Amino acid sequence: MKGKIKIATTSLAGCFGCHMSILDIDERLIDLVDIVEFNRSPLTDIKHASQCDIGIIEGAVANSENVEVLREFRRECKTLVAIGACALNGGVPAMRNHYSLTECIKESYLDGIGLDNPMVPNDPDLPKLLDKVHPVQEVVKIDYFLPGCPPPADMIWKMLTDLLAGREPVFTPQQIYYD
Amino acid sequence: MGKPDDIQQSEKQTEAIRFIQHTSDHSLLLQCLIKIQEAYLHIPADTVELLQQQLGLSYADINVVVEFYSFLSFEKSGDYQILISNNITDQFLGNQTLFKKLNSRLADVNVSIEYTSCTGLCDQGPAILVNGWAINRVDDERIEHIAELIEQRLPVDQWPSHFFEKEDNILRRDIQLSVECQPGAAIKTAIQQGREQSLETLEAAGLKGRGGAGFSTASKWRFCAQTEAGQRYVVCNADEGEPGTFKDRVLLNQYAHDVFEGMTVCAAVIGATRGLVYLRGEYRYLLPQLQQVLQQRRDDGLLGAHILGEDLAFDIDIHLGAGAYICGEESALIESLEGKRGIPRIRPPFPVVSGYLGQPTVVNNVESFWSVSRIMLLGADWFAGVGTDASKGTRLLSISGDCRDPGIYEFPFGVTVTEILAACGGEQTQAIQMAGAAGTTVLARDFERRMCHEDLATGGSFMVIGRQRNLLDMLANFSNFFTHESCGFCTPCRVGTQLIDDIICCFKQGQGSTSELQQLNDIAKLMQQNSFCGLGSSAPTAFLNALQQSPELFSAHGPLDDNPQFDLTAAVAEYEQLVATLSGDLR
Amino acid sequence: MASIQIDDKSIDFQPGQSIIQAASNAGVYIPHLCYHPEFTAHGSCRVCMVEVNGRQVSACTTEAQDGMQISHMSDDLQQTRKQVLEMLFAEGNHVCPSCEKSGACTLQSVAEYCGMLTAEFTFQYPQREIDASHEDFILDKNRCINCELCVRASRDIDGKSVFAIAGRGGQAQLIVNAVDGQLGSTDFSVQDRAASVCPVGSILPKHYGFVTPIGQRSFDLKPIEQQQVSGHEG
Repeated sequence: MKGKIKIATTSLAGCFGCHMSILDIDERLIDLVDIVEFNRSPLTDIKHASQCDIGIIEGAVANSENVEVLREFRRECKTLVAIGACALNGGVPAMRNHYSLTECIKESYLDGIGLDNPMVPNDPDLPKLLDKVHPVQEVVKIDYFLPGCPPPADMIWKMLTDLLAGREPVFTPQQIYYD
Repeated sequence: MGKPDDIQQSEKQTEAIRFIQHTSDHSLLLQCLIKIQEAYLHIPADTVELLQQQLGLSYADINVVVEFYSFLSFEKSGDYQILISNNITDQFLGNQTLFKKLNSRLADVNVSIEYTSCTGLCDQGPAILVNGWAINRVDDERIEHIAELIEQRLPVDQWPSHFFEKEDNILRRDIQLSVECQPGAAIKTAIQQGREQSLETLEAAGLKGRGGAGFSTASKWRFCAQTEAGQRYVVCNADEGEPGTFKDRVLLNQYAHDVFEGMTVCAAVIGATRGLVYLRGEYRYLLPQLQQVLQQRRDDGLLGAHILGEDLAFDIDIHLGAGAYICGEESALIESLEGKRGIPRIRPPFPVVSGYLGQPTVVNNVESFWSVSRIMLLGADWFAGVGTDASKGTRLLSISGDCRDPGIYEFPFGVTVTEILAACGGEQTQAIQMAGAAGTTVLARDFERRMCHEDLATGGSFMVIGRQRNLLDMLANFSNFFTHESCGFCTPCRVGTQLIDDIICCFKQGQGSTSELQQLNDIAKLMQQNSFCGLGSSAPTAFLNALQQSPELFSAHGPLDDNPQFDLTAAVAEYEQLVATLSGDLR
Repeated sequence: MASIQIDDKSIDFQPGQSIIQAASNAGVYIPHLCYHPEFTAHGSCRVCMVEVNGRQVSACTTEAQDGMQISHMSDDLQQTRKQVLEMLFAEGNHVCPSCEKSGACTLQSVAEYCGMLTAEFTFQYPQREIDASHEDFILDKNRCINCELCVRASRDIDGKSVFAIAGRGGQAQLIVNAVDGQLGSTDFSVQDRAASVCPVGSILPKHYGFVTPIGQRSFDLKPIEQQQVSGHEG
């Protein structure tokens, strides 16, 4: 295993769609496993990233746990790649930024239609919601960005192979999608 | 519109309504709105309907103009509306304390208190506008007095006149200010010399526009005169909005004859019959006396159908602005004169080809016209005898900030910053800001630089920044100013001003990172290169100067991290508060 | 015939044409948002920047002059365009994944063409109104980029002046000509040129959506650099 490139991946406030797109690189994953080792990732169940070469972040920053995980990734990964609309610009989670957090919580837990036993959850183990949802680059420095909802598998593949080969990833307009 | 008695009938209001009822020219929309705002302290809905009918405009046509100008509003914010001048020099003089004091002293009265852009009283600040009327040197005693008058509900135009007295503070006279001109004398010379000779005189004098851009006045007039047209216009730009500039106020107060004289000379040279002065709303108080001067000139045969008995017809109207810095830009000014939003036009065509109402128009600064009156009398050599090769003559500087004697100083071009500071008593100076918020920051090590078009160009603002100040406060004041004053037309300026304001605020709070610093640089350069007009391209100058000359300002709180300083505690405060109160209630 | 040089290509033009008109006629695409061949040049978006004599100018407001040497695809210019586009994305609320206009959106397509991967400027997340008062259209101001194409179309072609820009600086935004501010209170109609000119998803037809699947939309089928040159402009 020695000498393999260590990669960690995580989803913050996201839908794991970008991870599905990572899986969509299909049989090329097999080539990848020869040269990389997955650290913290939904694929491995490792709980904390540690001394990785590449970190891949999906999802926006919506709560205190997202901030912690993102900071851990920044600390532990030499290169940090943000993938997907939510990570890059807040995406769907950031649509709550048009309302105050108070409005959101009240609507979700107290005043919404059809609520049984309305109450605001207050278990201390729950991550605390941020007043606004942020793109990841507003919390830590990000080295590379991959847009898309999700980014196409080919784009992820190109990014990874470029980085693994020590090349600066460059995309043609035809490879770039925001949707 | 509703029944006439729907509209509250005070004398001013009746007058405003009567004015509109006799107006059908839609280019007077802004002037109508200013009258309504003055009479009602807002723009009532039924007056909008009346304007639509009278001027043949749509609701949107009127709405966009009201929403553009700071001094117009659909909502009545109070019976007394106080605007505190917020130039950095007003800040030096304690306008933030003033804001707090006024707020607490007037907490129980229906008064609105807000900041406004520089009101041009920097040498006698802090200054405020009350319902549009400017008051200088607002100290504790004045606050108390103002509060009493407001509590007595006395209309502002009945307040004691000493409130509204301004100082001219002319502290250094050179060749131009030491001359007294006889009204009509310059016009007579121009008529005697004829068009071509007059233009040659101005050319030989080397007069360049005093607004700051420094274009040759003679060339401008020549271009305008050469354009085929049925009508030509002379426009005097008295929208002195660049923070820290107030010399035009003094010229209009003391030398209005000479300014109108210069305009009339221009009319004779280019063949115009109509002139317009665009007077910034902040100088509204000068309007009656300026109109008196105009009337006197009509009575004396210096304006009208046969000036000096010759075949020369020319008259001048005064239009008011309503709080928009962008209207100092000549094409935006023309849009505003036409009653519209002050959005700069695509250039070319330049105003000398297609200006006011599409006709060739000369737009010159107040000081330019004033200088013309002197050059016509005393000749080109007299003027060009001082100054530098590319910057002839003298110009007026408005000096304010941390110096012993703020006021108006006339200097020959080529004077060094050190010499200027010596004259105004600027000691322990860390920097000066030449040419206003859009101008250049000159640090002490560069005080041998010269005021002239070849080095430090200026529209006349000179602000002195003492050692005790934090330059970041100045940058924050400027970024706030530009965010407020960008017209919003082009992307780099509309968005860039907001982003720069956020970034400067971030650094002020010690929360900047390397990425913010990089962004500041990128945005500033983008605005400089890529903005639609001069406002956008000059707005980032001070920030670029700071990045180049004083990068340490941005790391005053320690070396910058590559990661943004995201404040998690602040970001979860609302949530914690919510959980504490809402889930508590339910138990 | 008079000609200009854009990068390595020599292009003939008619006197009075702007750089972008001359380029477009010759099939050279210069990215743009507020320019449209049917309307007078506007110059506000600042995307169509080209370099003439070492200075950046907007190709839509600059007249072509015989012998002009124009740089168009330099790294500097692409960088400039990308930054302007990033500003537009950061300023509004552009959520491509959930937008009906995606794939047919000029803003999106121009940004992809210019190689923009993300907007790194701080997102403003402004609070803007969605106006669904009109029978046939939704006016979603979240996506408006202040290009004023609808303003010009409604004023110059439809003769209605339904739209205008009010406010100043960052507050400058699209309004409609109605006292209650609602599109439904105006005489805006399906036949208006302004109804089909919006380059983003701000003026959207009601009653149907996502009829054309993502992947088969206008810019998916024919890239913007082929569509937005002479004779093809929508």
